Amino acid sequence: MSNIKCQMSNLSREEVRHIAKLARLKLTEEEVEKFQQQLSEVLDYIEVLNELETKDIEPTAQVTGLENVFREDEVTPSLEPRQALSCAPAKGGNFFKTGVVLEK
Amino acid sequence: MKLYQLTINQAKEGLKKKEFSVKELVESCLEQIKKLNPKLNAFITVCEEEAFRQAEEADKRIRNSQSVIRNLPLFGIPIAVKDLFCTQGIRTTAASKVLENYISVYDATVIRKLKEAGAIIIGKTNCDAWAHGSSGENSDFGPTKNPFDETRVPGGSSSGSAVAVATGMSLAATGTDTGGSIRLPAAFCGVVGLKPTYGRVSRFGIIAMASSLDSIGHFTKSVEDSALILNVTAGKDPYDATTPPFKVPNYLKNLKKELKEIKVGVPKEYFIKGMAEEIEQQTLLAIKKLERLGAKIVDISLPHTKYAVATYYIIQPAEVSSNLARYDGIRYGFGREKFGDEAKRRIMLGTYTLSAGYYEAYYLKAMRVRTLIRKDFVGAFEKVQAIVAPVSPTLPFKLGEKTQDPLKMYLSDIFTIPANLAGLPALSLPIGFVNNLPVGIQILGPQFSEELLFRIGYALEQEEKNEK
Repeated sequence: MSNIKCQMSNLSREEVRHIAKLARLKLTEEEVEKFQQQLSEVLDYIEVLNELETKDIEPTAQVTGLENVFREDEVTPSLEPRQALSCAPAKGGNFFKTGVVLEK
Repeated sequence: MKLYQLTINQAKEGLKKKEFSVKELVESCLEQIKKLNPKLNAFITVCEEEAFRQAEEADKRIRNSQSVIRNLPLFGIPIAVKDLFCTQGIRTTAASKVLENYISVYDATVIRKLKEAGAIIIGKTNCDAWAHGSSGENSDFGPTKNPFDETRVPGGSSSGSAVAVATGMSLAATGTDTGGSIRLPAAFCGVVGLKPTYGRVSRFGIIAMASSLDSIGHFTKSVEDSALILNVTAGKDPYDATTPPFKVPNYLKNLKKELKEIKVGVPKEYFIKGMAEEIEQQTLLAIKKLERLGAKIVDISLPHTKYAVATYYIIQPAEVSSNLARYDGIRYGFGREKFGDEAKRRIMLGTYTLSAGYYEAYYLKAMRVRTLIRKDFVGAFEKVQAIVAPVSPTLPFKLGEKTQDPLKMYLSDIFTIPANLAGLPALSLPIGFVNNLPVGIQILGPQFSEELLFRIGYALEQEEKNEK
């Protein structure tokens, strides 16, 4: 493992913090350190794909071959507001309650 | 023989002949749960009262009309459900503390179909949280133990489902397979596990992991039972646009046909350095048996196999990061601070590879290699009708052995991931024991070839039985 670590993709701590912020995850300093090392190792492993020349290869996004799956635009039964709200930690009337997102 | 040891097929016969009641069958499984679950931790939620109530109801229906057993393929059969499937009125946690208090408000399509076929939900099984893992150890509700050796893992992510079936806590169980999460635990616990073709079974109402890879299958004690359940779960679902409108065959119809003239490929890339010698021997032994049964064995090559794990660890975390973005603790469940380490790793990995400037180097690159992996299989299936390969390069490993090294854990799925990238069906089948631990083999086929996989699996299973 040691010589692998030398050539590692080396995600910086700053990058780990930035990714966590983008993903809305709060990390402790110990976690930043742990994930920096673990994620760098995985990213390093992924580099193996660069052995392959893929310039002219079509990407595969899905395997079903299905395209433009439509259905009739008909009203069908769906959840009642009471059901949709049944697990909400905070609600008011028929609405979910959240903290303030936009300040005045 | 105890009732919990029966296959679905045997249980149906017994119910028909009135040898026992549905209540006695359900009771037998619940007793196994009470006896073994404190040690093995296979269930997160046990639905004792509800299962009893349904069993009594079922017995009443039988008294009114015996034909109900014939008409409903799973009538009175106790089934366990991976805790990723929404079950109306029953808690669905995904084995994560984020959803510890989440009660589903509707049934997944598969659950609705199983219920309509007469099945009784006996409980919700433990798994790696969000189905992220190969050992079951990433569960926020504690690891599940392997019933053959409690110091070892049962395989994951569908750990509890495999253990439930292996120990008779249920007669069958549902699972999900995104990179091997049905086939690996099936192999580690000595049961039959089916990963159907991507799109064959609806994903609606099942907590999404990686949407272009998630495949919905099940665990059973026999190949026949596996076919029986796919008869119920397969088919187009208006709520899942990736389910094609292809006809669902009766998977039991050609089950017992001979294997004469069927060409089965053995890919050389699945016999690698570092693979346990005993597993290689067992696999070759099973291949010999297929040959004796009339199959023609052909050496083939799937040259891009070694790139599958790297490809998967770009595509899968990218889709995970997007699917787990919805857990905000506003509409249901707790906030994102409750995510465990593995979910955090995958969310961050996906967020990174999808972020500006990296998309082409990682995600687009991986999607192109995915094409190469698919093409390997397309080429192979011009020469052979099915492929056989080992499920895992090792026997069930020790609890804790890989938990500190995520990359090492990821590599446990080296033989199972290619089928997910190509969207192929694969049947994992027990072929024997090494040091009292089960070994499995997988049979892969072209998309929508489950009927053939069952046929090959059934022949091999009968051969194994005859030897005993």
